[in-house]
Amino acid sequence: MKFRRGDIVLAVTVLAGAAALFLPLGGVGLWPRADMLLWIAALIVAALPALDYLARPIAAFLALLGAVMAGAALYGLIGAGARGVHAYGLWLGVIVLVVLSWRAMALSAALAAAYKSNLLHLAAPILLGVWTIFMWQVLTVGFDIPRVLLPPPSDIAASMVASSRDLALDFVQTFIRAMIPGYVIGCGAGFIVGVLVDRVPFLQRGLLPLGNLVSALPIVAVAPIMVMWFGFDWQSKAAVVVIMTFFPMLVSTIAGLAALSRMELDLMRTYAATYGQTLWKARLQAAMPFIFNALKINSTLALIGAIVAEFFGTPVVGMGFRISTEVGRMNISMVWATIVVAAVAGSAAYGALALMERIVTFWHPSLRKVA
Amino acid sequence: MNSLAQRLRDGHALPVLAIVAVLIAVWYLGAIWLNSQRIIDLYEADEDMKGKWTTSDLIRDTLSMNRPVLPAPDQVVMELDRSVLEVAPTSNRSLLYHAWVTLSAALVGFGLGALLGIALAVAIVHVKTLERALMPWVIASQTIPILAIAPMIIVVLGSIGFVGLMPKAFISAYLCFFPVTIGMVKGLTSPEPLQLDLIRTYSANEGQIFRKLRWPASFAFLFPSLKIAVALAVVGAIVGELPTGAAAGLGARLLAGSYYGQTVQIWSALVLASLVAGLSVAAVGWAERITMRRMGGRA
Repeated sequence: MKFRRGDIVLAVTVLAGAAALFLPLGGVGLWPRADMLLWIAALIVAALPALDYLARPIAAFLALLGAVMAGAALYGLIGAGARGVHAYGLWLGVIVLVVLSWRAMALSAALAAAYKSNLLHLAAPILLGVWTIFMWQVLTVGFDIPRVLLPPPSDIAASMVASSRDLALDFVQTFIRAMIPGYVIGCGAGFIVGVLVDRVPFLQRGLLPLGNLVSALPIVAVAPIMVMWFGFDWQSKAAVVVIMTFFPMLVSTIAGLAALSRMELDLMRTYAATYGQTLWKARLQAAMPFIFNALKINSTLALIGAIVAEFFGTPVVGMGFRISTEVGRMNISMVWATIVVAAVAGSAAYGALALMERIVTFWHPSLRKVA
Repeated sequence: MNSLAQRLRDGHALPVLAIVAVLIAVWYLGAIWLNSQRIIDLYEADEDMKGKWTTSDLIRDTLSMNRPVLPAPDQVVMELDRSVLEVAPTSNRSLLYHAWVTLSAALVGFGLGALLGIALAVAIVHVKTLERALMPWVIASQTIPILAIAPMIIVVLGSIGFVGLMPKAFISAYLCFFPVTIGMVKGLTSPEPLQLDLIRTYSANEGQIFRKLRWPASFAFLFPSLKIAVALAVVGAIVGELPTGAAAGLGARLLAGSYYGQTVQIWSALVLASLVAGLSVAAVGWAERITMRRMGGRA
């Protein structure tokens, strides 16, 4: 019989998992019976894919199931009070879980590659995300890490539920009132100026290097000036967002309008197209990938601008205000809750733009399916 | 041939200069317009001046206010001159000292972040599972306003005794590492199948492929990422100085200026911050040209 490296690793892991049952747990004498049974079942299930005659999807599913069961067992163990540096059984269990999850990720990733399924492609990253949050929970609780340093995810979730009203008001103030108007005005102005200077090559040649330079500058630092000019409320934040988003959009529009080659422009001329027709039917279409790129970059920049500008003064609502005050009160789980809201909002905005891009620039080579 | 006049006409220098000149003119007009209300109020309150002031009085006074709404460019230059050239660079009244505090944190963070980003990219390229599972998160993390966690990092690290340069450097590193990872993954996977096949026919092992093909090929992608990263590092260091009211650094100057309404101080800190960022990007660009020339590129 020939042994593969993966099988040897799995055998060692299962043995280690069995050993974890007999090691001290720091505060708990023995594994609680339910968790012990679950743990043993997890090891058996996770070991099954080593059998060669299982079909690949079944093997991947069993590896995943084993990892999830092992995670549930460890969670129960921590709930029963196992923690501390000397809980060797717990930490050996965690190491076993790392190997089992890695295996599950590897198998599901290989499966996704073999079946070319979009849904399966999501499996490995989702698994990694869930696994990271789980490890965060286990490590912070297991090692008794102070809450002010790094709160466990369960605390953050509790904060989100408890202060959902505040979080919603902050979201409206920062995202709806400050960021969206600023984003629309900044991107719109950048686009319009880009199209206008298109007819004046002199301005274009001057604005392109300047725009590139300004895009690299720490523009967010104009926030204190904007707060002085436009007051504490959302107007000053929107102004910061306008300035931050204007230049990337301007540069991208100018670059995008130059994207069409001689050949296509000549073709338009043979159709006797006017400047406006060429602009609308050919050049703006060709510029769309550039423009969407700027829109996507700007969506992140805008949220950063709106939040950081609030560090310089704000009414008593807003994500930046919440972060800076709750940090001051050492209420770190509330800070994390706000960050979660910002992250979800930022990703959702980005995702919506990416979706729109797929619809508008369906012709682009990066979006066409290879036949 | 390439006469000077022709180069001026076709190059970027003339248009750039023209636009900068227009911007400065607009700045002056804006300063007069924005500051005029306060000055006119002052005139009207003054018995001697009431009704007798002229436009030239107004222009002169709006451009030399102590705490203007918008300082004139020459006021900012004077302030820069005073706080950069006339004070010893080691004194905390020197803006150069504050710029160095910020720049040193940004550079340490840039170094850490770039190394971390490269290491992560190497791991992602060589471990298939990592690529499938981690890469989507690296991309998703770009959509998150990372800068928002800056205050928390500063305060949390401060509570366990980390103060000064390192917490700011961590923020800079965190901002730097994503663009570097993305660029490096692209660069390390940029060799075409043909090239990979060729080097395999030489029976190169994974390490040799990495050293002789992937690593050199990645440089064209690494440097543009590094330029983005170093600009972000400066932003990170500045924002890192805001939440705790740090005593030194450009961010601290901005915050102090906004507390006391010292607009000239804010603007000069802003100008210097832009210079610091611009010079850092230029330095990376310079390193890029040298490296590319050493490697036989045409750049």
